Amino acid sequence: MTYASVTRRRGYPPLLAELHDPPARLYLRGGPPEILALPAVAVVGARSCSPYGAQVARELAQALAAAGVVVVSGLARGVDAEAHRGALAAGGLTIAVLGCGIDRDYPRAHAELARRIAQDGLVVSEYPPGVEPSPWRFPARNRIIAGLARATVVVEARERSGALITADFALELGRDVFATPGEITSALSAGTNDLLRQGATPLLSPEDILETLGLEAAPQTLPDGLSPKARAVLERLSDGARTLDELVRATEMDSAGAAAVLTELELAGLIAVADGVYRRATGRGPPKAVRS
Amino acid sequence: MLARAITHALVGLEARRVEVEAHLQRGVPAFAIVGLPDKACQEAKERVRSGIASAELEWPLRRITVNLAPAGLRKEGSGYDLPIALAVLAASQQIPPERLAEHAAVGELALDGRVRPVPGIIVAAEAARRAGLVRLLCPHESAPEAALAGVEPVPLRHLAEAGAYLRGRFQPDAVEPAKSVANGGGLDLADVRGQERARRALEIVAAGRHNVLLAGPPGTGKTMLSRRLPGILPPLTLDQALEATRIHSVAGVLPAGRPLVDRPPFRAPHHTASAASVVGGGPGPRPGEVSLAHHGVLLLDEMPEFHRPVLEALRQPLEDGVVSIARVAGQALFPARFVLVGTMNLCPCGARGDPAVECTCTPQKLAAYGGKLSRALVDRFDLVVHMPRPRGVELDMRPGEASRVVRARVVPAAQQLGRKRPRLAADARALLTRAVDTLPLSARGRARVARVAATVAALAAEEEIAPAHVAEALSYRAPRELVS
Repeated sequence: MTYASVTRRRGYPPLLAELHDPPARLYLRGGPPEILALPAVAVVGARSCSPYGAQVARELAQALAAAGVVVVSGLARGVDAEAHRGALAAGGLTIAVLGCGIDRDYPRAHAELARRIAQDGLVVSEYPPGVEPSPWRFPARNRIIAGLARATVVVEARERSGALITADFALELGRDVFATPGEITSALSAGTNDLLRQGATPLLSPEDILETLGLEAAPQTLPDGLSPKARAVLERLSDGARTLDELVRATEMDSAGAAAVLTELELAGLIAVADGVYRRATGRGPPKAVRS
Repeated sequence: MLARAITHALVGLEARRVEVEAHLQRGVPAFAIVGLPDKACQEAKERVRSGIASAELEWPLRRITVNLAPAGLRKEGSGYDLPIALAVLAASQQIPPERLAEHAAVGELALDGRVRPVPGIIVAAEAARRAGLVRLLCPHESAPEAALAGVEPVPLRHLAEAGAYLRGRFQPDAVEPAKSVANGGGLDLADVRGQERARRALEIVAAGRHNVLLAGPPGTGKTMLSRRLPGILPPLTLDQALEATRIHSVAGVLPAGRPLVDRPPFRAPHHTASAASVVGGGPGPRPGEVSLAHHGVLLLDEMPEFHRPVLEALRQPLEDGVVSIARVAGQALFPARFVLVGTMNLCPCGARGDPAVECTCTPQKLAAYGGKLSRALVDRFDLVVHMPRPRGVELDMRPGEASRVVRARVVPAAQQLGRKRPRLAADARALLTRAVDTLPLSARGRARVARVAATVAALAAEEEIAPAHVAEALSYRAPRELVS
């Protein structure tokens, strides 16, 4: 099977050409090569991310894709995969940059994800078919991720994470680098917090990045029929993640009632749940009651 | 000289009539057992010889042949000792053969002549009753169990008593069958503090007999809660109790002194268990843990640690409520309708979900752990409940609701579900459709949510499923990590 490709002479994305060692050829799998020229943002981060990191990556990618931005990432486990999934969930376009031959899916468990990405978006690699994944190829792959994107967001990274290499490439190119702040006690946020110290822009909501790109967020309508109980729960969650049991005690609802309210909020996209812990969704400020 | 005793061979949960023929001939003294006896049955020779001597009866110095007919059926176990001994005694005219022919007999002999219990007495007793033999010579300990089958058990402590009884010189005690089922007892839910969500989920599980997967870090009470599930299940009917008793008897796990399985059974095989021990098997098929949990609860603690073939083998009983084991000699069917409770940590090291410790699992290990439960198996769980680590305040709280109180809500709900399942109201259906569009929820997931919502409605004594019931049911759906 032959793969489409772009070369320096034909169809090459101009942003990528700014790299000091741009790949001579980029193999493609999936949609039309014009996708490479669309405004794109890289969302990268730790493979062993926390539920918080996974949620942020997913919701951020979702918001970006909904606003028409292409989400670029590396098909790795953790943050990368969540970013791709978020973009797909919003019905948007996403690009996965491989560190192995264009015909490989690495990690293998993400073969199905790669197939879904390639339906409308792109899977790309600078390596011809048959090249095995090997550790030294991944930093090289990261320069392409940074090169394709107008801005790079690092969602959770340990102190010596590969995502920081992507951020370095983005800095070299003079592109914007965002990092999501994390708890200073969490090793998973050490890398991102260090980026912030070095001057990366803190990413507090998807709007932050859309503003930089001169784009507007897809309009989000708050459901008007939110029950008073739901508002109370939302307020509690603004103070931090909670389990259902904790909400039950804080709000004097019973378990059945709390479960129903949480589902209502989840369907409205206002909260997310992972491992039995409920969190407010990113992308919206705290509710008015708390802001005042 | 020829004499016969009647006994029964176990084939799965059935008993087949076996005639034990003893033939004494002139010749060099010898003793042979034919008719496909297994090793345990073959060794009956030595026990019978010693038992007869210990009972101060005479061992005939003849050429003795014992045939177990039908000769083509495999005879397993030690329950043939007593009938063999009685047939030999009858053939040598030490007991009246015509009296022996009016009885069925079963039991193992000790070398000193005592009669020991064997598995499957209730099944043998039922077969005897169907064949019109109302009196069963059986071990003393097993007499109450035999009485459950509606026969008149003749409880025997010693082979000498059997001889004396058949000669009309000994009247054994009368035996009253235990004919009522217990209500409650066992471990109480009041012991569980906090964990309101898991308690509520357990109530739904008990009312709707749903399978449930409990996920959370170690030490959050997953096992403790599961052990309290039988206590809130609706009590067994007498028929259910008898059915469970048959299975437990054949497997040889009936506790001494409690002939009737009168509470929903609870089984928790260890994760190193083999597929044969969990679903049943062996040369003369024996019921496995899934059948021992019939009408009760099967707990698979640390589910991803179980061998994959064991988990996959669970799919048939979960689907059909029955295990069929095919053997050359035929097929054995064991009923296996149980509530499956699975527990798992959120990651192999167990730290995930616990704010106090940091998880050290690599992404690969994490992915492999989730992958141990096949999609098909996860699909069998109607509810997935996360159990977070309780904080200190929770453990200081007052004891929770007692099992008795919860059961009082469960029983009417279960009855309502049995009569007429609540239907989805129009607005509830709309909510479900919206959920399928918004959440990662498959068609099968949708059906599961609808089932759970029906139980939630029944617990609220509603005829129709309201949106709030669907919303609660949705919160127990399997998380994305497990279904994708």
